[in-house]
Amino acid sequence: MNLHHSVDPRLWNLSTELRLLGLSGPPLTRREAIRDGLLGAASLALSGHLASRAAAMSDAALAPLPVTPKAKSVIQIWLWGGPCHLDTFDPKPDAGYDYSGALKTSIPTNVAGIQIGELLPLLAKQADKYSIIRSMTHGINGHETASYTVQTGRASGGRDVFPGTGAVVSLFKGYDAGYKGLLPPYIVLTELQGRFSEAGFLGGRYKPFATGGDPGANRFIVEGVIAQGISDERQRARREFLHQLNTFERAMPSADPRLTALGQCESDAYEMILGDAGKVFDLSQEKDAIRDGYGRNTFGQSCLMARRLVERGVPYVTINYKGWDTHKQHFPIMRRKLPEFDRGLATLLADLAERGLLESTIVMAGGEFGRTPKVLWESPWNGGRSHWGKAFSLLVAGGGFKGGHVVGQTDARGEEVTERPVQPSEVIASVYECLGIDGQAKLPHPEGTDVRAMPAALNHGRRPSRLSEIM
Amino acid sequence: MFYLCKIPHVSQRLLRVPHFLLRRETLISAAFSLAISALSAVAFAVDPRPKTTSASVSGKSLTAKTPSPSATPASVFELNTAPRPQGKIDELVFRRLHELGIAPTHGCTDAVFVRRVFLDVIGTLPTAAETRAFLQDQSPERRTSLIDLLLAREEYADYWAMKWSDLLRVKAEFPVNLWPNAAQAYHRWIVAALRRNQPYDQFARELLTANGSNFRVGPVNFYRALQNKEPASIARTVALTFMGERAEKWPAAQLAGLAGFFTQLTYKATGEWKEEIVFFDPHKPQPVGDTTTARFPDGTMATLVADRDAREVFADWLLDPKNPWFARAMANRVWSWLLGRGIVHETDDLRPDNPAANPALLAYLERELIAARFDVKQLMRLILNSQTYQLSSIARSTRPEAEANFAFYAPRRLDAEVLIDAINQITGTTEKYSSAIPEPFTFVPEDLRSIALPDGSITSSFLENFGRPSRDTGLESERNNRITASQRLTLLNSTLIQRKLEQGPKIQALIRNRAAPREIIEGLYVTILSRPPTAGERTIITARALAGADARTTSIDLAWALLNSAEFLYRH
Repeated sequence: MNLHHSVDPRLWNLSTELRLLGLSGPPLTRREAIRDGLLGAASLALSGHLASRAAAMSDAALAPLPVTPKAKSVIQIWLWGGPCHLDTFDPKPDAGYDYSGALKTSIPTNVAGIQIGELLPLLAKQADKYSIIRSMTHGINGHETASYTVQTGRASGGRDVFPGTGAVVSLFKGYDAGYKGLLPPYIVLTELQGRFSEAGFLGGRYKPFATGGDPGANRFIVEGVIAQGISDERQRARREFLHQLNTFERAMPSADPRLTALGQCESDAYEMILGDAGKVFDLSQEKDAIRDGYGRNTFGQSCLMARRLVERGVPYVTINYKGWDTHKQHFPIMRRKLPEFDRGLATLLADLAERGLLESTIVMAGGEFGRTPKVLWESPWNGGRSHWGKAFSLLVAGGGFKGGHVVGQTDARGEEVTERPVQPSEVIASVYECLGIDGQAKLPHPEGTDVRAMPAALNHGRRPSRLSEIM
Repeated sequence: MFYLCKIPHVSQRLLRVPHFLLRRETLISAAFSLAISALSAVAFAVDPRPKTTSASVSGKSLTAKTPSPSATPASVFELNTAPRPQGKIDELVFRRLHELGIAPTHGCTDAVFVRRVFLDVIGTLPTAAETRAFLQDQSPERRTSLIDLLLAREEYADYWAMKWSDLLRVKAEFPVNLWPNAAQAYHRWIVAALRRNQPYDQFARELLTANGSNFRVGPVNFYRALQNKEPASIARTVALTFMGERAEKWPAAQLAGLAGFFTQLTYKATGEWKEEIVFFDPHKPQPVGDTTTARFPDGTMATLVADRDAREVFADWLLDPKNPWFARAMANRVWSWLLGRGIVHETDDLRPDNPAANPALLAYLERELIAARFDVKQLMRLILNSQTYQLSSIARSTRPEAEANFAFYAPRRLDAEVLIDAINQITGTTEKYSSAIPEPFTFVPEDLRSIALPDGSITSSFLENFGRPSRDTGLESERNNRITASQRLTLLNSTLIQRKLEQGPKIQALIRNRAAPREIIEGLYVTILSRPPTAGERTIITARALAGADARTTSIDLAWALLNSAEFLYRH
């Protein structure tokens, strides 16, 4: 039933969709559609132009379309530098010491048949909540270019700098889309990447708010929201002082639109500084047991912070988790970092699930690439791993993604993808679908170029498919 | 301090402190010393020095200009007499306002003027010394002299180069990809042209007709700072930059006609990394079947000869004093840069169905620009000396026509770069700028002011937050001076601002404990708001000191409050 190559694709899309909608021909089952890889393209288009065209043809029969996105928020845990897939979610204990190094064993999880790295025992108990994509691939070994491709779904080097998923979500789920929260719609804990323009051509308006500070410190000093050494009492006294000394504003006509806007911005800012909005950053409001559960370190408390932010409706939170570029000292670093990662992420998943937030929150954890499966024992690496863009792993959970599955696989040494290669664009397409973002929606481009939210697949220029196995 | 040298010695002219001030402070200090003994607060509330000594010895006190305590807030900002038209500009503006039944507002005070004209002409806040010198100057020509002085200042070139770099899209990176060396060559050329006040028609001609290496011949980058180098795209940029028109709204034939002048423009790489030669190539093969013919935007055919650069032919047409676009677009721009709004609004969207609010005014400015042989400073001087420019910002009418017809000086939030420079000047701090992408890396000397940054790609979260333009399109509207909550957070409460206030050497010198509180208050007001405090403001500040805050906290909080006031954040 694969009609890809025999029929004008536009006709194919339309007829398939009409069948999916039960309007023409024998209805397709979901299983059939998935098997044939059709549902991705078709259901994406459901919320897009064809759906609206179909709706226009017959309002009564088609509206309302059952498009209820499951996900409301995304927590992106960005493992900057590229974590090793073999030591995390794609263990290869049988490949020998030259591949597994000191981490020789894998451990079973609470899902039969799924094994993960030995340093992730807490995540092993949560495997029913997430799926692992072991066949991520793009073949790029440079940090900047690989990051760009993983976060935008596009090939680097073109004339346009595309926005990352966070900026696109901020466009379609932020203030332009009726988001009313005082917290910015796209927040980064705690620092921007610096080598990657999150907003691309969308511009500064869609850049994330970087909190600065350290959630793991005694007090999380969020840039602009919490000022060190200034008590709430002094904040209030200062504000009163500011109002008393507003000679210019009193001289101006009260209706001046500029001053009205300034006043509104001031109120919003103080809602963050002194009001309830800013309290979200006060981690001391959480019970000690919960804080301990996440781990009393920057990453653990960042995970807790991210949960607090999505609880308040922030659509996109990125945790920039550095330190995975382990050319040297790889195994000692893994022994230090992975337990911290394990505790923070496993607790986040459990906590989100317990609060009923996992259904509406996509959690993704991964970096820009994997690492060289064969350990570099020679000098100067002395047991390090280099960059590996041919194969790497990604964890996805929640927000419409199923848990307890593994997508794709690599060869016995974790060097090549042998089954179901997944491009970054497929992940992004799937995330947008879960969020109810129309892949065919136009992005505002400075030149007016027709650019859509949905990145095209890298190889074929076709629309990317979706992670239908786990959606 | 050049300015200080020029002004006559003025201390003789200072008046004594009015009696009411002495009396008020005496009362407060007496009451206070009875109440508590906290010395720091006493130090703030009581000025140990005799007021008259402080005024005549240091020359710092500006009590002569301090309004009386019964004064309304407005009296700080405007004179209490109706404005008088002083020349042709005022005659035309006031006549139009009269037709609309709108009264122009009053003229601004000297304190408003000195701040405004510094910010508008050199993008720089006056220092306390500069402000004091001006406010003490009693010469009837003081405003005219200050205008002349500012037009000759070095910062003039830096500030207007920033403005031109927005329009000419000076940035190293995406999407125009000039590359760092070329962006800097382009910027250097712009600064040099402004420094010598190159007539605007010659400036335009160089941009339009330059040939050579992007690293060596700055103006060739005009043709590289484009997202698309097709002749039609070049034509759109030329129309936008020099005619103030958006050619995408033109009939296709008109755009094709203009594009016809740029079909033989050629870009050639060299052996040097990222170097590119831009030149007119008379032998460049034209696309097969191309029937495009160069035609001027007014519809007349151009006569192109084989060996003459078609761009020269276009420049001859454009720069002719009789050309109906060139001088008009620039006169309108210069007016909008100084008054905050074009006579035709937007200034880069001129078209027959977008009429001028005051056609006679625009026609007059256009004639003056041509008569001055495109000397832009001369046109600025004419506008800056008008009563219209020197009106206060306190509107008498809230009708939209009042603002569109310049019945008052509409307040504008400071440009991002100007704002951070002003904060740095006040506090004695600097910004660190660098650009790690693309190679070669760009490092910026720490004492370089933000208005003088050569490259729009240099990363700065402050500048981005405050609406620095991305320099992608050359549209004036790319610069966004609207206030946002995130900007407010930064100013009210960020570590950036907090650190500058708590640690900046200049602000520390101002508020050091051994200074008399009177001087501290006066110093902060003159440094930050470019005016002395009113008696009412002094009372509020003294009361706060008495309420228990220590002197240093009161001083820091005062500096913080003034930095966060609308009066500081806006040009007014």
